[in-house]
Amino acid sequence: MRNQARLGFYLLLTPLLLWLGLLIIIPHIDMALLSLRERVGVGRYASSLANYGTFFGEPLYMWTFARTAMMSVLATVITLIIAFPVSYYIAKMAKGRTQSALFLLCLVPFWVSELVRTFGWMILLRETGLFSSLLQWAGLADGPVEMLYNDAAMMVGLVYTSMLFMVVPLVTTLESLDDAVIEAGYDLGGSGFSVLREIVIPHAMPGIVSGSIVVFMLSLGNYLTPTMLGGKDSLWFTELIYSQFIVRFNWELGAAFGFMLLFLSSVIVWGTLRLTGQTLEKTMG
Amino acid sequence: MKHSLMKKTVGTGLAFSLGMLAQGATADTLRLLTWSNYAPEKVIEMFEAETGHTVEVTSSNNEEMIAKLRATGGGGFDLAQPSQDRIAGPQAEFGIYKPIELDRIDSSQFIDSMLAATKANTTVGDDVYGVPHIWGTSGLVLDTAKAGMVKDYTDLCSDEVAGKVSYRLKRPTLIGFAYAMGLDPFAAYGDPAAYTEIMEAVEAKLIECKPNVKTYWGGGDELMGLMRSGEVVASMAWDTGGWKLNGDNPDITFVAPASGALGWIDTFVLPAKGKADDAAYDWINFVMRPEISAMITEAAGNFTASAGADEFASDTLKAQFQNSFPPEAIDNIKWYPPVPAGLETIEGGTLDRVKAAN
Repeated sequence: MRNQARLGFYLLLTPLLLWLGLLIIIPHIDMALLSLRERVGVGRYASSLANYGTFFGEPLYMWTFARTAMMSVLATVITLIIAFPVSYYIAKMAKGRTQSALFLLCLVPFWVSELVRTFGWMILLRETGLFSSLLQWAGLADGPVEMLYNDAAMMVGLVYTSMLFMVVPLVTTLESLDDAVIEAGYDLGGSGFSVLREIVIPHAMPGIVSGSIVVFMLSLGNYLTPTMLGGKDSLWFTELIYSQFIVRFNWELGAAFGFMLLFLSSVIVWGTLRLTGQTLEKTMG
Repeated sequence: MKHSLMKKTVGTGLAFSLGMLAQGATADTLRLLTWSNYAPEKVIEMFEAETGHTVEVTSSNNEEMIAKLRATGGGGFDLAQPSQDRIAGPQAEFGIYKPIELDRIDSSQFIDSMLAATKANTTVGDDVYGVPHIWGTSGLVLDTAKAGMVKDYTDLCSDEVAGKVSYRLKRPTLIGFAYAMGLDPFAAYGDPAAYTEIMEAVEAKLIECKPNVKTYWGGGDELMGLMRSGEVVASMAWDTGGWKLNGDNPDITFVAPASGALGWIDTFVLPAKGKADDAAYDWINFVMRPEISAMITEAAGNFTASAGADEFASDTLKAQFQNSFPPEAIDNIKWYPPVPAGLETIEGGTLDRVKAAN
């Protein structure tokens, strides 16, 4: 009986192990080895740390990473500010069918692919696009207005793409908050703001943290939105990795960049958790 | 009962696989890695009807083709079509192609000079790795009514077209600007130090020019959209793009820049681990027939290396070509020599810095 249970345990574990091993661990080991090679001649390679040297030696790459990280943090903060009231309304104020309908509305944009969603923004924002025409029609602008190809357009795209991933964890945690607790807060003389600060936000913290981590990672690893909406100044770290692998045939440097992205983003997430006094166990459990 | 069912299944399975084997000897699946429009639906249908092979087409571009083949060590495809300057370098570096057996190709169907040039450019050791298929140029695509003053790449940086310019952030732009600035990048291909110097000059120019650019285009369709809507009036692009737009708006056309258009030839190469060489050779010999080549020219917009296909080409296309290329402009075309391995790294740094500049 006991042996059977053990067998069942291993059988159930196998898909997970296969998944992790074949799709995550083995490719990463291969990438790590690749990033430690340097091309010394035609078709000849030697192991060295030169690729990491390039990353730290060329200010451009560090700067690109810093920019990508800052923009991702900003996107996360904006997403949180927009998503919090929305989630609070869905979880606490809306009841019954309205609640499900509102939740569904947040989900609807994700039924089309990211490419189509981003292209939708391009149609709205471009010089001959909808907003530009509307402004001219309303007499608010004299000529065509270009709203595409800048950081603001990129930010709009990033926030829009990651909204759902913030709303879902927030709604889940907020729903578990007992209404009686909020009422008790008011009964004890709390103002709307102090109830929010002392009761709602502390309770929603696991949702805020897990939502923020997901949105930050998604923005940092996004390739499509920055490239399509950002235009000529859209320098994004993933774009650098893509061009090293595909355009320059420099897999070694691309692999090193990939590892720097993995390492630095982990450091940022870890640092933020420490700063805010949260732990991963508390958030996920 | 169960037994007989099993027997039957095995029997059918065996018959099925035998049938597959028998068919496999004559008809293959040709996995073709090519550019969009190089294998029109109609041509594929005719080829499949004539030979019994089936064709699976994957559309791509030079860099992606090489990256895909490199990832598999030259597997996954049976025939690919990179440009002739991107064959010798990657072959020496990664060994992703296999030599072409020239006696299996009907060389009488090719324009002699073009076949000879491509063979010379794609030779590594004693083996030839590529034969020519489609050729064309890149230069300027202009809305002549609004940007008639643009005569060369460097004119894209002038104030008259500020904010209405687009080009790719890729190597043809670097080469084109270098020539327009009076430098000779092709002569410096073999000398990394001299080439780096040229690229530094181009980098400074491109950074200075950046405020003029609306966006760097990535794909042909993106550029078409920008030109059609009038958001961009002057750009650096392929000749066919200009001619296609010319059909919609007579003002827009391809102009060969004063410093010379850049000429490319897309080829046929066999990936190292290709499994259907017979079908690949059949395809090459089939599409190089003059009448088939003319159909591809019609779809792709570019002329082929097929001898005698011009007779079948449409008059519109011929007129557009002659309009864009007066005889002296044809002589001035700068054909890409093979890219030495490692050159992309120098260019890569330049492109990254231009992209990052504000």
